[in-house]
Amino acid sequence: MYHYSIKNHRYTFIDLKTLLAKASPFRSGDAMAGLNASSYEERVAAQFCLADIPLKNFLSETVIPYETDEVTRLIIDTHDKVAFAPISSFTVGMFRDWLLSDAADNATLHLLFKGITPEMAAAVSKLMRNQDLILVAKKVEVITRFRNTLGLKGRFSSRLQPNHPTDDLKGIAASLIDGLLYASGDAVIGINPATDNPATTNAILQMLDQVISGFDIPTQSCVLCHLTTSLSLINQNAPVDLIFQSIGGTELTNKSFGVSLALLQEAYEAGLSLKRGTVGNNFMYFETGQGSSLSANAHGGVDQQTCEARAYGIARHFNPLLVNSVVGFIGPEYLFDGKQITRAALEDHFCAKLLGLPMGMDICYTNHAETDQDDMDNLLLLMGIAGCNFIMGVPGADDIMLNYQSTSFHDIVYLRKILDLKPAPEFEAWLIGQQIIDSSGNLLPVQNSHPLLKYHRS
Amino acid sequence: MKGKQLIVQSDPWQALRSVTDARIALGRTGVSIPLAESLAFKLAHANARDAVYNLLDKELLIEGIQKLQHPLLLLFSAAANRQQYLQRPDYGRRLNEDSIKIMEQEKADNPYDICISITDGLSATAVNNHAMQLLFLLMPLLKNAGFSIAPVCIIEQGRVAISDQTGQLSPASLSLILLGERPGLSSPDSLGAYLTFNPKPGNTDVLRNCISNIRPGGLSFELAAQKIFLLIKESLRLKLSGIQLKDESAPSLPFTQTKPTGLL
Repeated sequence: MYHYSIKNHRYTFIDLKTLLAKASPFRSGDAMAGLNASSYEERVAAQFCLADIPLKNFLSETVIPYETDEVTRLIIDTHDKVAFAPISSFTVGMFRDWLLSDAADNATLHLLFKGITPEMAAAVSKLMRNQDLILVAKKVEVITRFRNTLGLKGRFSSRLQPNHPTDDLKGIAASLIDGLLYASGDAVIGINPATDNPATTNAILQMLDQVISGFDIPTQSCVLCHLTTSLSLINQNAPVDLIFQSIGGTELTNKSFGVSLALLQEAYEAGLSLKRGTVGNNFMYFETGQGSSLSANAHGGVDQQTCEARAYGIARHFNPLLVNSVVGFIGPEYLFDGKQITRAALEDHFCAKLLGLPMGMDICYTNHAETDQDDMDNLLLLMGIAGCNFIMGVPGADDIMLNYQSTSFHDIVYLRKILDLKPAPEFEAWLIGQQIIDSSGNLLPVQNSHPLLKYHRS
Repeated sequence: MKGKQLIVQSDPWQALRSVTDARIALGRTGVSIPLAESLAFKLAHANARDAVYNLLDKELLIEGIQKLQHPLLLLFSAAANRQQYLQRPDYGRRLNEDSIKIMEQEKADNPYDICISITDGLSATAVNNHAMQLLFLLMPLLKNAGFSIAPVCIIEQGRVAISDQTGQLSPASLSLILLGERPGLSSPDSLGAYLTFNPKPGNTDVLRNCISNIRPGGLSFELAAQKIFLLIKESLRLKLSGIQLKDESAPSLPFTQTKPTGLL
């Protein structure tokens, strides 16, 4: 039981999860779940109250019971007490002030990652303004490697997402070539298949492998099918570079996705044996998003942002190459408008970085959300400034398979230009060699005789 | 737009546009998308937004159903307005009190085979443009096969699961609902059809079958009507729906899927 008084009103919060939910900035999903603060004052009272909670309380009071949830067990059982020691006497409020101080630099934060639980990260984010979330996230450099080096300071990468509504290989290849010629695709060439069919997935993987090896592109491919489909394809010796899975922050959410920690571990071990990476062996790719637990009726009374941070607690256990939130995809019943989507994206990026993840962002929205391209332009800039590892590259920002809007190839080139960012170094060298960009990063006019265009004609 | 060629750097791979509807080979001015493409995108988004906020054309639906010489009921979900509808899907999944009373008054003594509901969903444009065209083909198929059909429920601000309630209150063995799908930029008017055997509140989406993307340029009205008719016949014969109900009778029909309906 937690209390905080403002003037003559004494606010009571029955437990930690209620306090976290009431301290959350307003969003439609928490309101739908009936978890939000009932007044502006109650929200600030919850934030004052939360600021005084010692961080070590999060190790004894879990938001979802240890006995019934394997995600909670993973978080508690893998908590590193030695890493936690330097901040073990902090309250959440002190943690916020310390994170913003110059003492909390990149090297110091790296040593802390395993001492911070997802709930601590979620809690401290709730006490932060947007600029705080950006400032702290910007400090953290998380580098991962497979066929190139992602996450370096001064670099900004993109997932090339050439989806097609019927998985037509020529259609996918057309968008893929368009993206490569616009300097996109260093994070991954990643396709959402229209159906989770092993034969189709294999056909797409073979085509991507042919392009990547044929043109010697220092990048990796992924078909974002269910993890069990990837496992069966690995057994058939299909060219699987990255293993993908959507994950959520509770055991029941993951059950709704058809996965468990044991299954993730099995996939991870299968991937370890493949050794298809050339400069490193981070090969897992996870997608997450606020609202997935509520959507699966699996939130257990925990607010959607805290649930989301718990998903990162799973992700970091498997040394992923890439993680991203699909922030605006899930719909206005979870994040109603541009303001809520922007806030959630900054929270997700901050929490993931604070837990040591190579975080990217699908800056996106659906047509029934109260937002538009101008909001996405603002968020794009914020994510670039915050040091986000990668975003999506979709032709003209219009995904014709998933029916939502993300970021375009042009958006990525724009962001690199105005923030003076470069692609991953190996990929940058390839782009220069292919005469797609010059050594300053400017796009070059493409000749009709370019080998990539010849490839599609053949 | 005179002098456009001088300013805009066009992409020499226009031919690739013939194999995909994706917005490729847009060209650029500096690093930015040329104005013509930028405005085309804006127009598509405007159409999608208008579809979300468009209203159900009830008069058109009433007139159409009267033409089919079939009775109908005019109903509302528990969502008071569009803003609430978008933020509270749970309200869109149940009828308001007045509508429940209407249905209880009209309740039949013997169950019908089929209850058909029509609701705006996320695109009233899809329903206004396509729902009657589909019903004009589907209703005769169902009637000629001898199925009894409850009064058609026209519902404002409804979602898929509201058909559990209309089906249960009719009552009917099977509930079919036609509604506008979440509009995409290329398809602001895509109609979806969902059928559920033994409709009752609390049914989950795995118990439903979905026929998606019904529109000119997607799944044609003729194929959709045929498809829905066959699924209904099989569902009533086997007394089930959802993932256990396969459309083996018509394996070659395109654009059919059982998909999660969380977004509807």
